Amino acid sequence: MTITDMTIQEMAAALRKGDLSSSEITRAFLQNIEQLEPSVGAYITVTEDDALAMAKTVDQRLKEGYDPGLLAGIPAALKDNIATAGVRTTNASRMLEHFVPAYDAYVVTLLRESGAVFLGKTNMDEFAMGDSSEASAFHATLNPYDTTRVPGGSSGGSAAAVAAGEAVYALGTDTGGSICQPAAYCGLVGMRPTYGLISRRGVTAYASSFDQTGPMTRTVRDNAAVLDAIAVRDPKDGMSSRFAPIPEGGYVGSIETTFGNPVIGYIEEFSNGLDPAVRDAIERALQFYSSEGARLVPLSFPHLQEALAAYYLLTSAEGYSAINRYDGIHYGYRSAEAETVDDIYIRSRSDALGLEVKSRVLLGSYLLSKENYEIYYEKATRIRTLVIQTFNTLFNACDAILAPVTIGPAPLFGAHGDESLNGQYSSDRFTVLAPLAGLPALAFPSGLTEEGLPLGLQLIGPRFSEGRLYMLAAAYEDAHDRLPRPRLFHEMRNGK
Amino acid sequence: MSVTDYESVIGLEVHVELKTPQKLFCGCSTTFGAPPNTQVCPVCLAMPGSLPLLNQECVEFAVRAGLALHCDIAPSSRFDRKNYFYPDLPKAYQVTQNFSPICSGGYVDVATEDGMRRIRINRIHLEEDAGKLIHHEDHSLVDCNRCGVPLIEIVTEPDIRSGEEAVAFLRKLRAIVRYTDVSDGKMNEGSLRCDVNLSVRKKGETLLGKRVEMKNINSFNFVARAIESEFKRQVALIEDGEIIVQETRRFDEKTGLTSALRKKESAADYRYFPDPDLGEVLVDNEMIAKIQSSMPRLSDERKAMYKDAYDLSDYEAERLTADKDLSDFFEAAVKETAHPKTLVSLILTDLAPLFGEDETEAPLSPETLGALADLLGNDVINSNTGRKVLKVLLENDQDPAAYVEENHLAQINDPKVLQPIVDEAVRSNIRAVNDYLKGRTPAMRALMGYIMKKTQGRANPILAEDMLKAAVADADKKSS
Repeated sequence: MTITDMTIQEMAAALRKGDLSSSEITRAFLQNIEQLEPSVGAYITVTEDDALAMAKTVDQRLKEGYDPGLLAGIPAALKDNIATAGVRTTNASRMLEHFVPAYDAYVVTLLRESGAVFLGKTNMDEFAMGDSSEASAFHATLNPYDTTRVPGGSSGGSAAAVAAGEAVYALGTDTGGSICQPAAYCGLVGMRPTYGLISRRGVTAYASSFDQTGPMTRTVRDNAAVLDAIAVRDPKDGMSSRFAPIPEGGYVGSIETTFGNPVIGYIEEFSNGLDPAVRDAIERALQFYSSEGARLVPLSFPHLQEALAAYYLLTSAEGYSAINRYDGIHYGYRSAEAETVDDIYIRSRSDALGLEVKSRVLLGSYLLSKENYEIYYEKATRIRTLVIQTFNTLFNACDAILAPVTIGPAPLFGAHGDESLNGQYSSDRFTVLAPLAGLPALAFPSGLTEEGLPLGLQLIGPRFSEGRLYMLAAAYEDAHDRLPRPRLFHEMRNGK
Repeated sequence: MSVTDYESVIGLEVHVELKTPQKLFCGCSTTFGAPPNTQVCPVCLAMPGSLPLLNQECVEFAVRAGLALHCDIAPSSRFDRKNYFYPDLPKAYQVTQNFSPICSGGYVDVATEDGMRRIRINRIHLEEDAGKLIHHEDHSLVDCNRCGVPLIEIVTEPDIRSGEEAVAFLRKLRAIVRYTDVSDGKMNEGSLRCDVNLSVRKKGETLLGKRVEMKNINSFNFVARAIESEFKRQVALIEDGEIIVQETRRFDEKTGLTSALRKKESAADYRYFPDPDLGEVLVDNEMIAKIQSSMPRLSDERKAMYKDAYDLSDYEAERLTADKDLSDFFEAAVKETAHPKTLVSLILTDLAPLFGEDETEAPLSPETLGALADLLGNDVINSNTGRKVLKVLLENDQDPAAYVEENHLAQINDPKVLQPIVDEAVRSNIRAVNDYLKGRTPAMRALMGYIMKKTQGRANPILAEDMLKAAVADADKKSS
């Protein structure tokens, strides 16, 4: 079997049997990176030497009988808004192009303790603001399944890296679909965990009351294995939940449990304006769950348009405040032409922040102004409460909601217009609801379109229902063929 | 109309730095005066991904201040972001409490010339301090040590009517935050800073005039002068038929005048909104009860205790408790002496003036002063010598008994030793003796002076005077 096509479980077994070493695995992925990066552009920074050194350490450890678990020696990629001590963390922004943190994000600390091997930092929309990764200040990332198409965003680099076989798994971050949407476009499993399950410490803030970090993988079990490593309470993140009920045997273990006869809901309003292929995928999935003994219930989600508006208002407001610290004074880019303090602010930010970031900062600044605070911000927080209540009601009637992730497969470059604030038909209407309510959402592949483009579905559950979502998605995965690797992956292997 | 027809309406915003060892949202030290940027971490430097974590001790300190100022304590309050750009503010927002402060209501009773005045407190909120800019000729540097140091901002109602009242309020407030150990209240180190809001109106009117704000005044004296100067300026404008502009003004300590800083109309919009990184600040009854029960004794309680235990006058007790350090010092020294009243008089005449606005270091150890009080109380030395010895001790803290002995300063209490000196005084000062006998009592001073000179000031003055009077009477008898 091709090394870079193995699952975490398979690699872990081979490592312990001595069939493979972490160094061999790591070299295989570095080789893929070398060959595929010119056509994919998943990474901003590749840390080859570090990766090999980490792999060597793990090999040594395992030989000595010290086994930190499933992730030991498995090569991973990190989205470039996740701080890594000593390795630049750019957030895909000119502003932080040369910024090297002195600290690790808590999730990075946890992965290091698990023996992870880090291959590098992945491309993204600048400061995670965007949904195609086109808003990176450095370069575009291409969808490995069709390089004329976007990989999605903002965690597009992480998605492309895993899809192309340039990492076994990657961490992405999600504010309103930045994990699930690129996962769907690249044929991956992506988990946006419950708000409060994963530490945000060391992950650059975009909208602090939404942001969560989560794994992007090729299989559900791989995904659960990564979540097991990072779902640890962080006493230094005030929003890290003290009450997260982590299943016995971990999330990996929860997959092997049975759920009896789950009730799966679907939101009727979601079928408007869908690509027929997505509608078909949803119907097939519902049929599958029904045939497995699930009861299906149609649900209605009132005030959908208002909810989407509230999402944009709140994230822009929080984003405005989070981005202001990049002001050219303390660290990061400073305009060489600036002469006064105001000059430093204006020139540095004008030069080094991209259009997408600027427009959100402007919007947030407008929304929070004295005249608008009540009209927009306060109203949006009330709508958010309403969304939480709506979900509570829906989850009285079902165990999980099955929904599309996107209206169709990955769009072509440039086809993606300005972020539409026109709620109902905006492209991310399916992915902002769970983050708005702080709920977990798990995207998983449903297959390829006739053109060979991946499509994804998602399961949304109540707070801390990650184990249940994994179990349901794994049932689907087990009954279906694994998505084939993209053509370019095979072309490379055939030496083309 | 004249100045006397007008009155100022003054409200104060007092920033008090809390004395917690750690900052509000990170573990960095709050010690004053460390080399620039040595008490910083990713959190107070606002590095990407850093998160605030509320230091619960700061909440307790704020509650303690609130209780001492008779405030209502909110069972739940929250933090907001005040967004603005300034180089001393790395996050580009200050975390403060705009929408729901931790304490509200409350008051301070202040003794003024016109009797007791109650100054009401509107609210107290918890917030973080900003850093400091150090300006050089052609550039400025940023010191982030103070970034994130916990503050409470105490906002009064517009109940103050004069500079003296404002200062009396500030002194009382300072004493309270110091008695409760909430802050060291040092104005010179910026741990107590004051903004003044002032408007002027004709006496008897109830409407408020246009408000002028004077920011960051850093001594009591300047507060009084700023108020006086701004009051006169506004009255003069009104008298000239001009309009007061709502604005922020700066008080110039050198000229004693205020000058416009920025117009309120164009003032920044801080775009306050709840800080999504921080949850509610919860204070339950159990916590309040705990703080209440561990509340240090405030000045009024100490005053009553002193009067009772040491038989002090109201005036003496009041003076001893006006400053917490002075009061603490007294309490420590009084344990070291059997002569509390002697100690009190030593402290009030010689030491109290040394406990100034910002001085908190005791000028000598309480043990030393207690021992000195004993030497005086036990008649080992007289009060003249006592004063001289104190001066030496203030320079160089040491055992006063040993110093007295080494320098032979002990009082001469033995009549046998004094008698020859007294006789000599009478013999050598015939004129003074005669003057005295003619009823010119001040002449006695010259005779005593002679004795003190001969004994290097060590003669027991009461004994010496008695003996002198007897000797003079004796001489009179002999000559007649």
